[in-house]
Amino acid sequence: MSSTDSRAAIFAAIRANRPNVQPPQPDVPLFDTKAPTDLVAAFSDMLGKMGGSVLDPQGQYPINALRAAVANKGIIATAVPELHGDPSLQIRQVLPDMDPHSLANVEIGVVRAAFGVAETGSVCLTDTELQVNTLGYLPQHLIVLLDPARIVPNLHHAYRQPEFHEHNYAVFQTGPSATADIEGVLIHGAQGVRSLRVLFCAPQAG
Amino acid sequence: MSIENQAAPTTPAGRTGDGAPANLTHGAGASVTMPPRGPEPQPRGAIIRGNHPIDQQEAARRFMAAPQHLAMHDQRLWDLRQKRDKQKDTIEEWEDLRQLASDIKTHTLTHLDTYLEQFERNAKANGVIVHWAKDADEHNRIAVDILKSKNAKRLIKSKSMLTEECGFREYAGDQGIDVVETDLGERIQQLDDEAPSHVVVPAVHKLRTDVAEVFARTLGSDPNDSDVSYLTEQQREHTRPLILTADAGMTGCNFAVAETGSVVVCTNEGNADLSANTTGLHIVSMGIEKIIPNLNSLAVFVRMLSRSALGSPITQYTSHFRGPRRGAEMHIIIVDNGRTDRLGLEKFWTSLKCIRCGACMNTCPVFRRSGGLSYGATYAGPIGLIIDPTFNRHKYSTLPFSSTMNGSCTNVCPVKINIHEQIADWRQVLAENHEIPAFKKSMMKAAGALLASPRLYRASLPMADSALRHIPRFMLYNRMNTWTRGREMPSVPKETFHQWFKRTRGKDGKKKS
Repeated sequence: MSSTDSRAAIFAAIRANRPNVQPPQPDVPLFDTKAPTDLVAAFSDMLGKMGGSVLDPQGQYPINALRAAVANKGIIATAVPELHGDPSLQIRQVLPDMDPHSLANVEIGVVRAAFGVAETGSVCLTDTELQVNTLGYLPQHLIVLLDPARIVPNLHHAYRQPEFHEHNYAVFQTGPSATADIEGVLIHGAQGVRSLRVLFCAPQAG
Repeated sequence: MSIENQAAPTTPAGRTGDGAPANLTHGAGASVTMPPRGPEPQPRGAIIRGNHPIDQQEAARRFMAAPQHLAMHDQRLWDLRQKRDKQKDTIEEWEDLRQLASDIKTHTLTHLDTYLEQFERNAKANGVIVHWAKDADEHNRIAVDILKSKNAKRLIKSKSMLTEECGFREYAGDQGIDVVETDLGERIQQLDDEAPSHVVVPAVHKLRTDVAEVFARTLGSDPNDSDVSYLTEQQREHTRPLILTADAGMTGCNFAVAETGSVVVCTNEGNADLSANTTGLHIVSMGIEKIIPNLNSLAVFVRMLSRSALGSPITQYTSHFRGPRRGAEMHIIIVDNGRTDRLGLEKFWTSLKCIRCGACMNTCPVFRRSGGLSYGATYAGPIGLIIDPTFNRHKYSTLPFSSTMNGSCTNVCPVKINIHEQIADWRQVLAENHEIPAFKKSMMKAAGALLASPRLYRASLPMADSALRHIPRFMLYNRMNTWTRGREMPSVPKETFHQWFKRTRGKDGKKKS
């Protein structure tokens, strides 16, 4: 059987065996009447519970905090304009045509989120922000820049954002890679990043 | 604390004591302290004898005869159930979400052709190559043909129950393709040449000492070191080079969104994203029932999947693949393998609503005490009891009897499948098709006659209770009475409910003062 024949056979079987009910598609409400007023606080709280953390600039200008966080930490890969690559290649600029494997020896990746979700402490990263998708997975650690004005209350709001229509790849990352497949003992860094930190900062103007 | 110190979570050198801090209970992490257990030889699953009916009880008996495994498994899964309850209690609209999820699935399954067409159209427009497979063989053939056309030798994949169902790994292995599972639990099971025992936590039946033995044998790790951080790090260090040298990646599909043509994959390890994004080829295996209409529906399922499965608000990674990366290829194989037949089963088609969260397994007293491998089938636990017979009515004819009919599975199901009622219906169907042993049938016939007549039933109860008080133990605890294997009979009440009601409430039903 060819795939085309199988397609026809599957559709014929679906139509022949269709259950004898035709209920309408239900409307999904936003369930946001009791959404928290302080979305940054709600987001930060959930991020912590999910194993991530907020990178506290401790009164500094956020970008200075970012520079301090990556200073002398090995190879850094940046996909944000706030942190430029340097000539020594300690800080590398991620470019869209890079080989996905080239990020395998990176210690810390830096990327900006499209938006955040307060309900779950998730950040949404897309292929545009990541430039190379493995930036979210191959580095040992990840620092995510998030505009505090771009946090939605819950997943119903999140899935109404345009990103899911516009990008071939979009992911909610919620804390670091985690596993508890052996006796329920929680370990960070199963396959992906061992830590995920979020730095609140608005994108650079212009 | 200076910024420098705060910003430096050290890369653990393979040993971090107790792993992540105890107050964090996301992912599949236990919310209770699990006492040290083992070593103890691992009880293995059901003995498969061709097409013979699976003897689940025999395998369960061996599992229960391994007290360390039994205690860990039971505690671990019950903890997941309790974590699920805690999450549910934080969501005011939980029951509304369950109803919505069930209604969305009913709507989609009854308009499956429309939504599959829409999905295919959009996926193709996004640059995805779509294939259709009537059965497991065709799925395996298509996948291997794609791999061979790219001269791919090593495939990294994330967990997919559909590929388990299709026996894909064995087939691809025979065709000379090195398949590497990247989910920790699934990798443990692959290295131990054992099927996953649970849809979400594949190695949940293994003690850490079992894993240490498997890794020592296959990865060369220290056989006497069963520290979980050490074992996890060993796996990471061994799998990473395989990921980096793979030629192709494969993932399953949790949800397929018709509106956008996207497939959605949920993992805690990020291994699906690695599998899909590292190589130039991403193959998705997707069952036809994974389709949902749109992103608004997706929100309902994503909110419930991990909360139901693990008691975690969301999986660490919820990944949306809408089309190929720049310079890469993306293929989706849409598989029937018995699903359209199931759609035509009047009493059982709603089992297609299942989102594979495993909540019914975590709550099931039989599953928790017998282990998933005792079912000898791809799908274990309550959902397995009602799906497996659709694949093979004879081989899995005994499975619907591995239930106490307590209904807990139905109560926790996020898409409101009436699992325990379907278990009862399967018993009836199998009895009508002569798929159950003569002894069980004559007992059930007698019980049926008794239960069908309220008068006969009430008359029999005081006699039976009185008999239970006086019958010698050897007459109750014998080979014919399977109920008392591994259980004590309940203590016998002094009077029946009807006797009590009559005595305390009299004829009018009002409480006597």
